[in-house]
Amino acid sequence: MIRVLKSGFYSSIQDQGRNGFQEFGVPKSGSMDSYSSALANSIIGNDNSCAVLEITMTGPTLEFLCNTVICITGAYMSPSVNNLPVKLNQAINVKANDILDFGKLLYGFRAYLAVKNGFKTKLVMNSRSMFKNITANHIVIKGDHLEIEENISISSTKSSIKVDSHHFSSIDLEVFKGPEYDKLSIDQQNLLTNNSYSISKNHNRMAYQLEEILVNKIKPIITSLVMPGTVQLTPSGKLILLMRDCQTSGGYPRVLQLGEKAINMLAQKTTGNQIKFRLTE
Amino acid sequence: MSFKLSYKAFGKHAILVEWPNTVDEKILNDVLLFKKLILETNNKLILYINNAYNSLLINYDLSINNIYDEILALKTIYTSQNGLIKHTFRHWKIPVCYDAKFGIDLDDISCKNNLTITDIINLHSQTIYTIYFIGFLPGFLYLGGLDKRLHFSRKSSPRLQVKKGAVGIGEMQTGIYPNQSPGGWNIIGNSPINFFDVSKAKPCFASSGDKIQFVPISIEAYQSIKDKADTGLYQIENSLVHD
Repeated sequence: MIRVLKSGFYSSIQDQGRNGFQEFGVPKSGSMDSYSSALANSIIGNDNSCAVLEITMTGPTLEFLCNTVICITGAYMSPSVNNLPVKLNQAINVKANDILDFGKLLYGFRAYLAVKNGFKTKLVMNSRSMFKNITANHIVIKGDHLEIEENISISSTKSSIKVDSHHFSSIDLEVFKGPEYDKLSIDQQNLLTNNSYSISKNHNRMAYQLEEILVNKIKPIITSLVMPGTVQLTPSGKLILLMRDCQTSGGYPRVLQLGEKAINMLAQKTTGNQIKFRLTE
Repeated sequence: MSFKLSYKAFGKHAILVEWPNTVDEKILNDVLLFKKLILETNNKLILYINNAYNSLLINYDLSINNIYDEILALKTIYTSQNGLIKHTFRHWKIPVCYDAKFGIDLDDISCKNNLTITDIINLHSQTIYTIYFIGFLPGFLYLGGLDKRLHFSRKSSPRLQVKKGAVGIGEMQTGIYPNQSPGGWNIIGNSPINFFDVSKAKPCFASSGDKIQFVPISIEAYQSIKDKADTGLYQIENSLVHD
């Protein structure tokens, strides 16, 4: 078990998400930055389907009630175990009564905590990913006891995996043409792919909204299908980049589609950060 | 199957198939038939298929190597169909209490659309609606068929909390909020049944292509159905229809 002493800004259990329930209007969910989440699992030898804790902006304070092996990846939030700093991207042995805490956010926006064999919270529709009205809670809260397995420590490896800093610093997002891309004027297409855009304060697990307006003359479409990574253009010219918890359908023109890598990189960005769309065929 | 379809790559993992740009039951039936045929091929590389009014999204597990090959495979499936497959669906009867306690916007619609409240209830409950698809929220049914006299613009500012089960009208659509959520539709009643139940293998009883009809009930009946629904004992009246 892990006891949640403090929850942090927005911490939730996530795995690879739910598939096959989209036809009932159920979002896919899953780790916002699937790259960092998979890395955390692989470093401690977990299967990629193991559930991790996704930590947003400010970290929780967690007390381990049993021994296990953990790994933290993604954003750097100055993690410490019993007040001693620990590294990212490395297996760490923890013992019962150890306290994992987080401090100042130095880069990125979302960190991932993997524990040996994964968090064992309740499976709902083949996934542990938290989502409102699907799982009992949509975030972990103070006082929660998160189920994990007791695991013996490993002969501690001092080596940590090096992550390409571009994952956090690059502003270039690889995108494909969305279904309504061709309805944009040449001018609009050029503005979309030549300008850089900044992330507005409206961003969460459902969507990232951009600050700049792209003057829009294309009409709303008959409600059609969307998925994580779809970039919608509203009648007022707002660009909305759908993320993992997005709805399954939407009526705004879909001008671009982010690739998987771009979704992961966007998940590490926050208010005021710049992005640029790099169109690929 | 004779519609002219468009096939588009939608990112590296999905193909979007689109029918002519209109809301039409003939199109829905064709969409659902194509969906069924693709599912029958049992292609393990397909992660999920979902449909809306006039579109089908086929999502693949791995990135698509050759989009032209995949599109060709889909086109072959579409044209292989011989037109003999019959459309089968369920017809559901959904109890709704239109009492003023729930129908907080009935007066507003009554005034502006020049209808009595009884007119509104009759018009709303006498139509058989088609479930085009489920989206927006888990268990939210996109229904087609609302009587023109009931079309009513959305509220200028959405309510922060619309009750679970609230039945609303927004523009030319009607629908039920499966859970408490913010919402801008005009609320005319409330249904005591559950539209989304995570404990069930099929979390929403209805499917795209089914029909529903609203059955007006009293406040007393509402409470008794709600008690049963909340303990999983309420059976929604339904029948299987072969078209």
